[in-house]
Amino acid sequence: MNADLLYGEDEDQLRAAVRELLADRAPWPAVLARTESADPYDLDLWRALAGDVGCAGLLVPEELGGAGATLREAAVVAEETGRAVAPVPFLGSAVTATALLLALPGTEEMLRELAEGRSTAALAVPFTTPPHAEFPGTVTADGDRLTGRITSVADALPADVLLVPAGGALYAVAGADTTRTPVTSLDMTRALCDIDLDGAPGRPLATGDAARDALARALSCGAAVLASEQLGLAERCLEITVEYVKGRYQFGRPVGSYQGLKHRLAELWVAITQARAVARYAASCAAGDDAETTADTAVAVAVAQAHCSVVAVRAAEECVQMHGGIGFTWEHPAHLYLKRAKSTALAHGTPGRHRTDLAALIDLAPA
Amino acid sequence: MSHPPSAADMTARAREFLAAHDPAAMDRTEFLRACFDAGLAWVHYPEGLGGSGLPRELQRAVNEAFAAAGAPDNDPRRIGIGLGMAAPTILAFGTPEQRARWLRPLWTGEEVWCQLFSEPGAGSDLAAVATRAVRDGDGWVVNGQKVWTSMAHEARWGILVARTDPDVPKHRGLTYFACDMTDPGVEVRPLRQLTGEAEFNEVFLTDVRIPDAHRLGEVGDGWRVAQTTLMNERVAIGGGAAPRESGMIGVVARTWRERPEARTAALHDRLLGLWVTAEAARLTALRIGQQLAAGQPGPEGSAAKFAFASLSQELSGLELELLGEEGLRYDDWTMRRPDSVEFLGRGPGYRYLRAKGNSIEGGTSEILRNIIAERVLGLPGEIRVDKDVAWKDLPR
Repeated sequence: MNADLLYGEDEDQLRAAVRELLADRAPWPAVLARTESADPYDLDLWRALAGDVGCAGLLVPEELGGAGATLREAAVVAEETGRAVAPVPFLGSAVTATALLLALPGTEEMLRELAEGRSTAALAVPFTTPPHAEFPGTVTADGDRLTGRITSVADALPADVLLVPAGGALYAVAGADTTRTPVTSLDMTRALCDIDLDGAPGRPLATGDAARDALARALSCGAAVLASEQLGLAERCLEITVEYVKGRYQFGRPVGSYQGLKHRLAELWVAITQARAVARYAASCAAGDDAETTADTAVAVAVAQAHCSVVAVRAAEECVQMHGGIGFTWEHPAHLYLKRAKSTALAHGTPGRHRTDLAALIDLAPA
Repeated sequence: MSHPPSAADMTARAREFLAAHDPAAMDRTEFLRACFDAGLAWVHYPEGLGGSGLPRELQRAVNEAFAAAGAPDNDPRRIGIGLGMAAPTILAFGTPEQRARWLRPLWTGEEVWCQLFSEPGAGSDLAAVATRAVRDGDGWVVNGQKVWTSMAHEARWGILVARTDPDVPKHRGLTYFACDMTDPGVEVRPLRQLTGEAEFNEVFLTDVRIPDAHRLGEVGDGWRVAQTTLMNERVAIGGGAAPRESGMIGVVARTWRERPEARTAALHDRLLGLWVTAEAARLTALRIGQQLAAGQPGPEGSAAKFAFASLSQELSGLELELLGEEGLRYDDWTMRRPDSVEFLGRGPGYRYLRAKGNSIEGGTSEILRNIIAERVLGLPGEIRVDKDVAWKDLPR
């Protein structure tokens, strides 16, 4: 097997640049304050990530103004946006929607606009949609006029372009031609919306197998990169929890000296080291590095999602618990992580759903 | 050579060696000795000691070329303690004479090694060992009892931790020796395990004489020397890259495929959960190997043994449930003394019972959690009431 599970020098530099920008522009008090503002997405921050660091066009070829990088680099950025629970449409626009457009002909102009950060796009499916879902059927097409409702869509609120599956085909729809109703979301840092289309004009992108394959590819890429977001979030939760239990004294000792806590933190660290290996493997496979690993993408993504979802939730839940009273308050970032972690466990399929998908892929048939 | 050779260079070197040493026409031991002397035994060891001072991962090319030629190996399962624990310790702490004397027959399997560490009163608290070594002329006289000693009945040598100074705190009064298992004062008694067989032994040491030339490291420095052995033990138990569905998960997945009548929805979800965990552990081991090869060793190795133990226990337990009525039957309770350590062999009942040892041998999972919490995460250490007390004054 040829998958490289380490980070290269370029990836380390990319990580450092993203981390520095997020530390400067999205410290957690600012992230928390934004969740109660009228603009849940920080589009100034997104423009900085897109322009200064090139995050928007990572996957886009250089001739279209992008960086010509792969999902491996995108996964590194996702680790950082997960660490910071950053309210930016990176996953939805720069990964999922971009991967969909890259799989289709005639999308060069849209990709160029995305890469330059001039617009963002979102795939209009419920955030829970797993990689191998049936083609969605809640929107119908009458000619190029689309009508229907799509619920719980991630990163669609700020999107200029919505990529809509309808009647077995894929369409590009201007966000302004739809009605987007913000959802009060469990994850306050990635606000969802419901989308209503009432005869909205759509530009056809693909039909039939081409549409189905592009959708499956986009969801697979989204799920693979989401695992890295979960990894980054879990790692950050472990860090702040370790810091806290070292300094919090009760009964005359740091609470981190009790085995009741330190053994659980040791187990969490073991699970996170494993999460890093599976997330890197999924990103490498989905990146299409070579034929052998590409053929293993479906297994790799299912394993990564089944494992990393559980680890992220556990890390965030332990973060709340081990912070005790302060961890249960609004004034501490633990709840931002908990809400993001639990939401990502549902996003692109629950761990149970991925285990079920895996059964067919590895010849372990159900009862 | 200005830069290290490539894998292809090593393959060529191995083939050259094979051309001069036809394994089909040679005595097995003679072949292995020649391989050692040619520096192809463990290429990351120094020249003259079976190695060529090269990166560890180049060994693979050599092994593959040898296997393709049908060359004999040194039966690593039989000499695992020597290869995995004694050898790195001898390399790190041995004198030139000791390295020259011990490493070659260790690697060829002519001399089997065992580990004389644990005692009835010193398990997790290894530094509390009570076996005494008393200076006598140019040697030492050793008295005490060791337990959990795999392969002692086959061993020529044992790596031994003994107390040389009872008047100082426990970590400071230890010394590390190589004990000649053929000494008349060494008595090996099989210690029957819950599997029915005796892979382990008790070893009684009565006035055993050890020349000072068989001491490894300084007098009183035995704890530090033992740390080298233990770190290598954990890597040996949990480490190593392997193909998908190797080991216990492969056994259980096969059982699932072969027995549709045993399947239930609950068992299915448990199996898939464990399959994911096994794959995560496998990829983690692969990543650790890549880190080592790239010269970026990380602390992840200490996680591998810990993860391995719980995984093999859960999988072997699931296997019994899958088998239903057959899971109620055990292959054989007859007391035997196997000639190698085997986690997967024999029947499912054996696998279930043997796996219980995985979280005890080589550091209990509880001790490993402490080690990860303290050395990796930097959490406060355990309160140590015995730290500044002379060993002889400790309650026991």
